[in-house]
Amino acid sequence: MVTEDSDTRIVTPRRLGGRIPLILLSVAALVFPWVFEDAHTQHVLIMIFIYGLMALGWNIIAGYCGQISLGQAIFFGIGAYSTSFLFANFGITPWIGMLFGVAVSLVVAVGIGLPTLRLRGHYFAIATLVIGEITQTIFINWEYVGGATGIWIPIVWDNPWYAFQFHDSKIPTYYIGLAFLTGGLAFTYWMERSKLGLYFRAIRDEPDAASSLGVDLGRYKLLAFMIAATFASLAGSQFAQYILVIDPDTVFPLLLSILIVLMTMLGGLGQIWGPVVGAAVLLPISEATRIYFGGQGGAEDLMIYGFLIVIISVFYPRGLFGLMERLIKRRDNAGS
Amino acid sequence: MLAVNYLNKSFGGLQANQNIKFEVAEGEILGVIGPNGAGKSTLFDLVTGFEKPDSGDVLFLGKSILGLRPDQINRLGIGRTFQKLKPFPQMTVEENVMVGLMQHVSQMNEAREEAHRYLEFVGLIDKMSVYAHGLSTGQRKRLELARAMASRPKLLLLDEVTGGVDQKTVPELVSLVERLRTEGTTVVLIEHNMKVLMSLADHVVALHLGQQIAYGRPKEIQAHKQVIESYLGASYA
Repeated sequence: MVTEDSDTRIVTPRRLGGRIPLILLSVAALVFPWVFEDAHTQHVLIMIFIYGLMALGWNIIAGYCGQISLGQAIFFGIGAYSTSFLFANFGITPWIGMLFGVAVSLVVAVGIGLPTLRLRGHYFAIATLVIGEITQTIFINWEYVGGATGIWIPIVWDNPWYAFQFHDSKIPTYYIGLAFLTGGLAFTYWMERSKLGLYFRAIRDEPDAASSLGVDLGRYKLLAFMIAATFASLAGSQFAQYILVIDPDTVFPLLLSILIVLMTMLGGLGQIWGPVVGAAVLLPISEATRIYFGGQGGAEDLMIYGFLIVIISVFYPRGLFGLMERLIKRRDNAGS
Repeated sequence: MLAVNYLNKSFGGLQANQNIKFEVAEGEILGVIGPNGAGKSTLFDLVTGFEKPDSGDVLFLGKSILGLRPDQINRLGIGRTFQKLKPFPQMTVEENVMVGLMQHVSQMNEAREEAHRYLEFVGLIDKMSVYAHGLSTGQRKRLELARAMASRPKLLLLDEVTGGVDQKTVPELVSLVERLRTEGTTVVLIEHNMKVLMSLADHVVALHLGQQIAYGRPKEIQAHKQVIESYLGASYA
């Protein structure tokens, strides 16, 4: 029987099937590269991990805290450039470069966030979009870091863990990506159940009410932006070490910022697994269109993304995870 | 506890508050009345930092709170509800109340347990797992009250606590406000229901077109000529 409250009661993890699906998923992720040894399939999974991590960060600033940033590529690019530049020019291990990238991203996030997070609604989105474009232009014209050509990371065969380069197999990169993604998911899980998550969601839902209850809007919005920047920077560093050649068009484009928005919207905004589900759906489509259309194409994946987003927005505004919740409620109601 | 000193606020050519002056003593209930557009909610916004006054001062516990942000004012001990209800719709009723509590407790479990006490107080404990967007207007009013109480204010500003709810719910909300006073919370109450206001308030401020036209005990306000003309009507004379 459908009760009055059936659509408004929360779906608990128990109703989502408990921990069993999570354990099965973890086991599947761990054995995957040994079962599917095909390099291309592993490549797609690595890209899902990298973009999924970046989208997880965007989900925190936008999905949980309600601030739509369209400039996350700034931090992806900073992460990519930090590791690449330090390794190519000074031989510094990308692991240190990764931390340096996070530090620079945090400083830049504060610099951007302090003035722009005061803006409400679309104005913050517009400001981050414009700053993202400016950043790309700066890097295109900044010869010291390679200008429009970018940076070619020197190929190193010995000591792959120091150089964060694995030329014999994609498996180490796969597990590194998986570890970072798992870390991002674990952080989101913890955050959702902490004061931080409570405050973020309160700011998203009703900033005035949150403020009237003692929540410092500026402080917590900035914190969310810094977390998102950290995730994007870590993803950018991994991307650079995986691809080994970066330029401003690859790591700073607006399209990248838009792509992670689409991933999160598709999977489920403000849902822990939403960005990962979105990445897992959209990236294979992107890869498939790239392979199928090759150099003749270029925007087919975007057309498919657009179509999916329209369908999801109209019929399932809470994304694929919202759809799953709805199906579970329907099952529960049918059973009761 | 609260002293409002010659507060002025205008929006363009509209004078929303003009030389408003009154005091609220600890433990009392002050009523604020006036027709729509009289400047009552603006007064709340000025006291709680959502708007900045053009001139004048607001003292809380003897210190000026002018220029502070709403969250800073709340942490000093002033809570409020809104005329246009502002629940956190995508959060559960329990989580709504926990937001106000987190400045006082460090553990989520502790906050959850205390939230249950406030939800019992307002009669919403059976709705604690429901998303706030699924509540009726009367339930949302109770939720706003519980949420504001959870920030443990010394002074609570309630904006039309009985507005828009059915007649059956009004006495329940009135008894909640009475219990607040019993438990030592000072209350400033904007209220259109005169029966409710006159039974609860120790003092009443009457506003009309942004001006303070009267301040006194409920009986005095009921007999005040200008208040009768501009707001109460002849039946209260």
